[in-house]
Amino acid sequence: MAMSILTRVTGGAAFVGMFLVTGWVLALASGQAAYDSYMGLLGSIPGKVVLFGFTVAIFLHLAGGFRHLMWDLGKGYSKGAASASAWAAMAFAIVASLVVWGLAAMMGAL
Amino acid sequence: MSTPSKSGAYRTPLGRARGLGAAKSGVGRFIGERVTSVALLFLVFWAVASALGLAKGGYAEAMQWFASPVNAVLLLLLSVVGFYHMQVGMTVIIEDYIGKPVTKAVLLLANAFACWGAMALTVLCILKVALAGGGA
Repeated sequence: MAMSILTRVTGGAAFVGMFLVTGWVLALASGQAAYDSYMGLLGSIPGKVVLFGFTVAIFLHLAGGFRHLMWDLGKGYSKGAASASAWAAMAFAIVASLVVWGLAAMMGAL
Repeated sequence: MSTPSKSGAYRTPLGRARGLGAAKSGVGRFIGERVTSVALLFLVFWAVASALGLAKGGYAEAMQWFASPVNAVLLLLLSVVGFYHMQVGMTVIIEDYIGKPVTKAVLLLANAFACWGAMALTVLCILKVALAGGGA
């Protein structure tokens, strides 16, 4: 049940986050100075917090959306399956976010 | 309007339902939301992997990344498909929670303007960088 509303909430968060992608290509198209200051903004502590939230939101929404696609195929409707997939979706989002940010740290991108 | 009387007994459930549905419209949007979500399933993983690489590099690396047509095309697809998916998704949210007709209309319009506007801006920037290189 919680996963249902989380899919919607994270959809809203990802909606906002997607404008960061627009900002990124806009900065890149505006030249090096704009790009550097934009990346500096994203790389700041508040920027990283927002980006981490964006990562979690994207992965949770993706997992929630995947559940919906499976339901559209008529699969996973039993109470047990629906509950298990909700937990799996949340676990996936947490693990995937940590893996991505762990990789970023290992690559020296943070 | 015809009533499902005697002859109705011989009609299939689908035949009786045709033309009488409650929704009347929205099927295209419903399907569109799902088709775009399948596409985004793949595009998002690609985008996250790309972002990891781009986070480390600077301007030169980003321009080099863009020199690959594969990256430019996939980012183009992510933008077009993503903003369409966003518009449809936010439309569902607005329609679910906002009852007042005027407020709803204003929000639906604002949502459409934001999504289509951002999509156009993103596509233009991608094309500029991919075709003409960077710089103001």
